[in-house]
Amino acid sequence: MNKMEWGPAMPLDNPQQRVERHTISVLVDNEPGVLARVIGLFAGRGYNIDSLTVTEVSREAGASRITIVTTGSVDIIDQIKSQLGRLVPVHGVTDLTVKGDPIERELALVKVAGKGDKRVESLRLAEAFRAKVVDATVDHFVFEITGKVSKIDTFIGLMKPLGLVEIARTGVAAISRGPEGM
Amino acid sequence: MARAMTGAEIVLQALADQGVEHIFGYPGGAVLPIYDEIFKQNGIKHFLVRHEQGATHAAEGYARSSGKVGVVLVTSGPGATNAVTGLADALMDSIPLVCITGQVGTALIGSDAFQECDTVGITRPCTKHNYLVKDVNDLARILHEAFYVAQNGRPGPVVIDIPKDVQFAKGTYIGPNKVVHKTYRPQVKGSPQAIRDAVDLIAGAKKPIFYTGGGVINSGPAASKLLREFVDTTGFPITSTLMGLGAYPASSKQWLGMLGMHGTYEANMAMHDCDVMICVGARFDDRITGRLNAFSPNSKKIHIDIDPSSISKTVRADIPIIGDCGYVLEEMLRVWRSRAPQIDKKAIKAWWTSIEGWRSRDCLRYKMRDDVIMPQYAIQRLYELTKNRDTYITTEVGQHQMWAAQFYRFDEPNHWMTSGGLGTMGYGLPAAVGVQVAHPESLVIDIAGESSVMMTMQEMSTAAQYGLPIKIFILNNEYMGMVRQWQELLHGGRYSHSYAEALPDFVKLAEAYHCVGFRAEKPDELDDMIIEMINSPKPVLFDCRVSKLANCFPMIPSGEAHNNMLFGDELANEDIELAFSKGKALV
Repeated sequence: MNKMEWGPAMPLDNPQQRVERHTISVLVDNEPGVLARVIGLFAGRGYNIDSLTVTEVSREAGASRITIVTTGSVDIIDQIKSQLGRLVPVHGVTDLTVKGDPIERELALVKVAGKGDKRVESLRLAEAFRAKVVDATVDHFVFEITGKVSKIDTFIGLMKPLGLVEIARTGVAAISRGPEGM
Repeated sequence: MARAMTGAEIVLQALADQGVEHIFGYPGGAVLPIYDEIFKQNGIKHFLVRHEQGATHAAEGYARSSGKVGVVLVTSGPGATNAVTGLADALMDSIPLVCITGQVGTALIGSDAFQECDTVGITRPCTKHNYLVKDVNDLARILHEAFYVAQNGRPGPVVIDIPKDVQFAKGTYIGPNKVVHKTYRPQVKGSPQAIRDAVDLIAGAKKPIFYTGGGVINSGPAASKLLREFVDTTGFPITSTLMGLGAYPASSKQWLGMLGMHGTYEANMAMHDCDVMICVGARFDDRITGRLNAFSPNSKKIHIDIDPSSISKTVRADIPIIGDCGYVLEEMLRVWRSRAPQIDKKAIKAWWTSIEGWRSRDCLRYKMRDDVIMPQYAIQRLYELTKNRDTYITTEVGQHQMWAAQFYRFDEPNHWMTSGGLGTMGYGLPAAVGVQVAHPESLVIDIAGESSVMMTMQEMSTAAQYGLPIKIFILNNEYMGMVRQWQELLHGGRYSHSYAEALPDFVKLAEAYHCVGFRAEKPDELDDMIIEMINSPKPVLFDCRVSKLANCFPMIPSGEAHNNMLFGDELANEDIELAFSKGKALV
């Protein structure tokens, strides 16, 4: 523990505090209603959810991993972690952003319809972004693209003028760098 | 030993193995198999309430006064929804409850069946945890887990929703010692480094104050004892929240009275001016802090709490200590004694001099009248006439509750049951039922307001049925007093719907319930009637007619700072307007 630094006895509703984006991993017992508990907590206490993904990660242990991307002041982020931590079926909460630059990936399926130059251009861009064609007719493509959120955002932005029809995104899966687990 | 039993038998066996002696409930279609098992046994006594809300508050009173888990049994649908208020109340005040709800059969769930509701969905945000049991073989584990979760860490209510077919189905029973919770391991021991830092900070304090709360009570009588030892060893002043009254004796010189919106001047001024605040099991609620950016601006704050989410939630803690109050206080006391620190006696003496100055303001003073009973006087007399007995006090919510907190002096923990966090009108009467069940030989008094008590009045019938001689001491001013007070102070005296016309005759009402009624209208008849009430072997409704327009002071208006209190005896209209102009939108 570091030497204690005394701050002023300031309240936590400080409007000057910078808003940060954090990626939080929550390992939960895979019991019925556990996702509702987590989402209800965010809704009930007015926290933001930018992205939320959940899947079972260990069948034997009956554990699921929830990855939440949220924004808030440092104090709110701390509250979010404490509130998550006290949910009864939660094994552990890790702030991947605090641990340092986590690996974050998202998958998107992007449907683009068009003919002629636009169609050729969309395929060319897809190759540049290493998106795979997973379905096609002479009138359309469905691209599968994986990467950081920003990469997918950029790709979708480029597809807009080329006949973007619809998008399905998975939300962020994230993991920390280095050999340790959460 | 694993044994095959029906779900209903498993419920009763698990309750027995958890040491449950009393449960509060109300039958209905979806819990009939469990009621059938209750009928067949004598070990567990069931108390039939008149409304499910009453069952939850009775269980709260039972739990708070005995340190045990309160157990509630209700049916599906309306049985469960009626219990919601009590569950929310128990969650806010950290009261350990296990509430078993019946549910329609598993095949009917989701079909909008008769008396079906999504009980786990509805109760999720108002319980610490809840379960829907779909397989009878999970039932015993879940029941034992529920008791573990309700009591450990920060206590709270747990709901177990059991479909009717699961109550009939045969399954395997396992005992409590076979159940280990998969995930829930609250931290009870505080960080030794943080405890040492805290002791250093306390030892160097010039203007220290202990600020304690319901967490000390929840931690158990040992925590109250340790708190007393620590506070007495240091010689420092101590104040407490509404929920924490009794953890430290009000008869001690170091006791400053309750703090907060209707707390004492000395407690609030000391909180505002202190340099070291030792918060033990309290949570910086808005009724305590007032305006946050003016709250105790120059102090370092030590915050001991078992719930990490309570720490730095509204007020930043300089030294957070996550752990059970009892453990942490014991450790602090040990470190304190081993270090035998030299406190700054001169500074502490000067601090006490300031405090005595504030105390001499005599902030609870009120104008005594001899034509009409002042509510404060009624509680003072009640205190004087009951203080030498083993007396338990419950309250409803409103002015009378604050007067009770100000004028009834508690020397022991677990003797004061009130709805602090949720502020549930109607809490006190059923809570008194629960307290009396836990303490059949003791004197149990609900200090009530006539409006609150009407909300759960039907539980007088429960008291009568089981011969529970609870005393309902109603400070009757015919108004929703606190609502009226706010309307007077904040809304130009427009008393919109805060006056209850056509109140019942409480004396006749008492008789209708097979109870005893008293009515006191003049101060000089009060003592005799209180003594008569105490001596009555039956439940009593005491209609104490008090001054109709008395206000509860001192008061910190919402959104104001601690050093900005209003007093009852010197208030001009302009002061009121000025003081309340900022906080009008606040609750």
